[in-house]
Amino acid sequence: MSHAGHLLFIIALLPFIGALVPGLMIRAGRTASAFFTAAPTALALVMLMILAPAVLRGEVIQAEIEWLPQLGLSASFFLDGLGLLFAGMILGMGLLITLYARFYLSSADPMGQFYTYLLLFQGAMLGIVISDNILLLLIFWELTSLSSFLLIGYWKHLPEGRQGARMALAVTGAGGLAMIGGMLLLGDIAGSYNLTDILQAGEAIRASEWYLPALILILLGAFTKSAQFPFHFWLPHAMAAPTPVSAYLHSATMVKAGVFLMARMWPVLAGTDAWFYIVATTGLVTMVLGALIALFKDDLKALLAFSTVSHLGLLTMLLGFGTEAAAVAAVFHIINHLTFKAALFMTAGIVDHETHTRDIKRLGGLRHLMPVTFLIGTVAALSMAGIPLFNGFLSKEMMLEEASHTDWFGSHYAVPVLATLGALLSVAYSFRFVAHVFLGPQRDDYPHTPHDPPFGMWAAPALLATLVIAIGVAPFLAEGIVTAAANAVTGADLHPHLKIWHGVTPALWMSVIAVAGGALLLMLHRPLDKGWIAAPRPEAKAIFDRLVAGIVALSRGITDSTHNGAISRYLAIFTVTAVALGYIAYAGSGLSAPTRDMLPVPPVIAVGWIMLIVSTISVVGMHHHRFRALVLIGIIGLSISAGFVYLSAPDLALTQISVETVTIMLLLLALHFLPKLTPKESSTGLKMRDGLIGLAAGGGVGALAYAFLMRDIDTISGFHVANSYEGGGGTNVVNVILVDFRGYDTYGEIIVLGIAGLLIYALMHALLDGPSARRLKNTDYSEDRSRDRHPLMMVVVTRVLMPIAMVVGLYIFLRGHNQPGGGFVAGLVVAIALLMQYMASGFAWTQERKRIEYHTLIGLGVVIAGLTGAGAWLAGQPFLTSAFTYIHLPPIEEFELATAMLFDLGVFLTVLGAVMLMLYSLSRIARFAGQTVNEGPMDYDPGEAAKDRDTED
Amino acid sequence: MMHWIILPVVLPAMLAPLIGFVMRHDITLARAASVAGTALLAAIAVGLVMLAADGQTHIYRLGDWPAPFGIVLVLDRLSALMVLLTSILALIALIHAIATGWDARGRHFHALFQFQLMGICGAFLTGDVFNLFVFFEVLLIASYGLMIHSGGRERMRAGLQYVVMNLAGSTLFLFALGTLYASTGTLNIADLAVRVAEIPAEEAALVRVAATLLMIVFAVKAALFPVQFWLPATYANAPAPVAALFAIMTKVGAYAILRVHTISFGPGIPGTDGLVASLLFPAAIVTIAVGAFGVLGARRLMGLIAFSVVGSMGTLLVAVAAFSPVATTAALYYMIHSTFAAACLFLVADLIVTQRNSDSLQPVPATVQNGLFAALFFAAAIAMAGMPPLSGFLGKLLVLDALRAPGEMPWAWSAILIGSLLTIVGFARAGSALFWKSTAIPVLTPEPTDEEEGAPVRQARAGALQVAPTMLALAALAGLAIFAGPVAAYLEDTSGQLFDRDGYVSAVLDPVPGEED
Repeated sequence: MSHAGHLLFIIALLPFIGALVPGLMIRAGRTASAFFTAAPTALALVMLMILAPAVLRGEVIQAEIEWLPQLGLSASFFLDGLGLLFAGMILGMGLLITLYARFYLSSADPMGQFYTYLLLFQGAMLGIVISDNILLLLIFWELTSLSSFLLIGYWKHLPEGRQGARMALAVTGAGGLAMIGGMLLLGDIAGSYNLTDILQAGEAIRASEWYLPALILILLGAFTKSAQFPFHFWLPHAMAAPTPVSAYLHSATMVKAGVFLMARMWPVLAGTDAWFYIVATTGLVTMVLGALIALFKDDLKALLAFSTVSHLGLLTMLLGFGTEAAAVAAVFHIINHLTFKAALFMTAGIVDHETHTRDIKRLGGLRHLMPVTFLIGTVAALSMAGIPLFNGFLSKEMMLEEASHTDWFGSHYAVPVLATLGALLSVAYSFRFVAHVFLGPQRDDYPHTPHDPPFGMWAAPALLATLVIAIGVAPFLAEGIVTAAANAVTGADLHPHLKIWHGVTPALWMSVIAVAGGALLLMLHRPLDKGWIAAPRPEAKAIFDRLVAGIVALSRGITDSTHNGAISRYLAIFTVTAVALGYIAYAGSGLSAPTRDMLPVPPVIAVGWIMLIVSTISVVGMHHHRFRALVLIGIIGLSISAGFVYLSAPDLALTQISVETVTIMLLLLALHFLPKLTPKESSTGLKMRDGLIGLAAGGGVGALAYAFLMRDIDTISGFHVANSYEGGGGTNVVNVILVDFRGYDTYGEIIVLGIAGLLIYALMHALLDGPSARRLKNTDYSEDRSRDRHPLMMVVVTRVLMPIAMVVGLYIFLRGHNQPGGGFVAGLVVAIALLMQYMASGFAWTQERKRIEYHTLIGLGVVIAGLTGAGAWLAGQPFLTSAFTYIHLPPIEEFELATAMLFDLGVFLTVLGAVMLMLYSLSRIARFAGQTVNEGPMDYDPGEAAKDRDTED
Repeated sequence: MMHWIILPVVLPAMLAPLIGFVMRHDITLARAASVAGTALLAAIAVGLVMLAADGQTHIYRLGDWPAPFGIVLVLDRLSALMVLLTSILALIALIHAIATGWDARGRHFHALFQFQLMGICGAFLTGDVFNLFVFFEVLLIASYGLMIHSGGRERMRAGLQYVVMNLAGSTLFLFALGTLYASTGTLNIADLAVRVAEIPAEEAALVRVAATLLMIVFAVKAALFPVQFWLPATYANAPAPVAALFAIMTKVGAYAILRVHTISFGPGIPGTDGLVASLLFPAAIVTIAVGAFGVLGARRLMGLIAFSVVGSMGTLLVAVAAFSPVATTAALYYMIHSTFAAACLFLVADLIVTQRNSDSLQPVPATVQNGLFAALFFAAAIAMAGMPPLSGFLGKLLVLDALRAPGEMPWAWSAILIGSLLTIVGFARAGSALFWKSTAIPVLTPEPTDEEEGAPVRQARAGALQVAPTMLALAALAGLAIFAGPVAAYLEDTSGQLFDRDGYVSAVLDPVPGEED
């Protein structure tokens, strides 16, 4: 990369690097803050000036760093005449605005923030004009929208500021998004996102079938940014920003981004009918409409805003003409508009600052009170009106000249007449700006007595006014930069000569008509104004607000009606989706021929099957009565267990039975604290709907199961059966799968169980600390209570059963590897044994007799399982690799020791701990709800009674 | 033998019980252990990414059983990336939870947090669909615990929706797995690829049903229309650091679709080719719309963010649905981005809501640090809405650029661009109400009647540690934008590897002896 390229990079980065400084420097004072805003700007400007001579000679300075090559996005910049013109304007105006704002903002405004935003904007804007990559350009484009949002909303306590900021963001943001689409299309056609490449590919792009969509999308971006009709309405509302912002963003730079883009893309996109009719027409309409509205605006800044809209329309129209001469005129007018319009905005700001009003109807006669301001304002306004010897005249003449020989849909007159009308209106509002603010009788009812501001405040507009006259009198001063920029726009080698006198041309006559007509219009302003106010006209802001409110209401409607929190509906949608999509998938192909025959159905099985169905239907019918439903669920579970037994799956049956038992017991305990009836909430129609959905889903699952049960398939289970004993050391292949082949799954599942235990414990605490605790405390459960809560018989039986159950648990645990059983079932069996003690003698009594915490049990289980798995690492084996050996101790038979056993112990402990923790949580709730704690093991303890008798005796 | 691959699962799985059962009475100890463990996890994840960067598919055979008979863990660029993303996100969320004291507002936060990490990492690393189911269960139950952490009426209600919908999803998962096993006889992803490919196109009905049901299951996790309903209420009501961590949970669903539906049922497999893509694409488009409308219509800040998550999942899955390496690269970039963006938004929203004592989008008097929060929110919102300079814009461009097929471009582009606009407007309205309008409301300072009582109570300021996680997330987003080139290069290799089905299959099913890890 060349030296110049490095400089270009630094220019692009300087505003961003400098952006944070003013925000910090404000602590050192307002002047310091302003100075540190000016410093990076000035530095960048100096660097730009160093590069300028080369660019004016026609060189193009380039710099590139790869950023995201996969996308074709690179941080590449280039500086040609057009870029130089805009960069100079951005940085030069930046300096003037910094100075002006230092005096304009009051001490109550957070100035550091302002300057930070300003520099961010400056960097973004600068980026747009020197980007050599259209994706990079998009990034900067969006950044200007964002920084403009912040600057418009700078006075955040004012509703106009907030609304204006949001409106600007919405409109320019929408355009920016459209432009993303356009740029991506453009890049695809050109085969590159680099502007340099795209500019070479004009022919191919215009010939492409995607040309029109790309053009429209890109123009949407440009038109919204440059406030072209019908997107012009955001700009006047952006005037809620402080005046320095209006002068900088909304007249001099940002709103010209759209114009810049059209100029940049001119060699590629211009020259077609579509371009001409879309761009030129939009520009023409905008120019006339903006000027017309401007004439009747009483707010100084609104007047200037609409005049800006009008002038942007003028620029757009010129670019739309698609001729080289028109492009030269556009480039020249960009410079001229910048000088006079920024000066006018600053003048308006000074007037506002001094008189505390911007309402033209409350102003007038300021020429004696503010002579300096008057002078500056008048020079600028006359230039805007297009009066000779001011620069506005020159470019306006060029515009009228171009308009005078432009045909529009075969009409020779449409464009010249409308252009003259636009110029005429422009004269009128420019004159009005001078006449109604500065001329006329001095008044005595200004909200604040005005006088000229300090030098620092009028220095910037004065400088601009000087430029207005300088260029107006000696147009050759601007020739160099205009030539460079125009050549960059057109890609041609033009040598325009900017002259004051072109002879008596049609354009001159059009100008004369415009000035005379404008003056006449101003004289008639009062009656016309009355008519304007009386006439009905669409108020853009109201329409926009209604539109946004409508979309928001629509969004709310959609969101609230769909996300209404009804689980039953969510589940219905889920189920219907599953069934429908499952069917679509199924219907897209077919099945292989069935390879199995139906098995015979013995009568016992048929009865069991019918029982299962009847119980299931009964659950549906009786689910309002929760206790009955629970009993029915128990029956269903047991029927399924029986099914497992019948289908030779003893392990599954064993597990299912124990799980059923524990679940039903815990649910019974929980049901105690819940309403006994489920309220009837569904209408008949809803029930029908849900019933149909349920049938469809159940039928679907049944059909699916039938389809695959009828077909043989070669599965991996053959390997498991073959390797169970050899590799896993167990003959019970189910257990070996659980603790060895897929021990990792089991590891995950016991963790799920452990977490569930923790979760219930945490939930219980949340419940007891929360508002439902009160309800729990105040509910009267005495109705439910048995008078014989801890019956003697039950206590005795459970005590007797306890050691038996323990032994059964141990047995099931130990034999698991070779026979149905294992740690999971064993854990449940032992848990049931303990559960029975709790049920028989009450929680408190039992609790006192336990030695180990349930939390620890779960933790221990998970850790043991994990350590067993990790133990394999010591042997250099992967996690959970099992080892086993056979040991022969003389008195007993040979037996096996397997690490899988240890893993199974982890499973056992976790299951036991989790179940017991759940029980513990339930009983905590019970005690909280006021259940009394019994001291003894049973309600009537014969032993105690006997002891009592003894002591009495 | 390379045991690193299993560590992201075993480390939190061992740490969690220790925290939950041994350290449960001392929050400081639990915090220290949790942070240390998560930091270690991040370090391991970095190691795994470096390991995977060699382009090999690394296999870890649990119990030393060969695939497809035992369970294998598979480490490739994609799974390494996901684990790294999880661990960094977890660290951010965890610091926030500790700094704001969320972790102490209920029981067992850190134990559940570590279990959650175990579940997520396990899901990313596994090469077996049934094992994926198991880890879905782990992360579901742990996330439910985290979601209802500290209780409260609204949270419990939303939590119930969450757990019920996801249990329904789990049930469907089992149906799908049953069908899959019954029609192919295997559960290993690589083996499935082989066996599904052997099924002739005209006899593939069962496996097609299984693939579709699996997609629905993953769609529930990924919050895809029409099974996204649970997400907004869940995320909006979850404790903020948990919601931030949940930013990765939706990605688990997206990851599972990428993994399973690319390798086992992906392009070029006769029976299932194009099936899932054709269903996924329109669903993702509608999801974008659901998210955008939700953002624009939101009345609560947390709800707004939750809907923006839905919208971002739509964008992500539009790219996933293309099932092409280019679009997958874009999807992965967008996935990393949207994870951090969502987390960042939830964290900054938590700070804001704490100050305002309400998450309604009605203006209340400006709080202390209004400017700081406004700046953070602005940055996070920019990221989420896909505006420059943060990574969202690049992600969006990548996605748009990747979707150029004539059938998908008009739909995808319009949905993403219009969705972006609605999101931008929604965020602008919210930010304007929260930070700008609030300055227009005079603060009613109660007159101190008694000198003894002193000044009225000042709002507590958010300290450096409380803001740090948000800043970290923003830094991640900025870094993702600045280093977009190298990141995208890694992701290009990642999706290249993902679409190299033969490479995956041979690495899993017949590893070269002596080279398997």
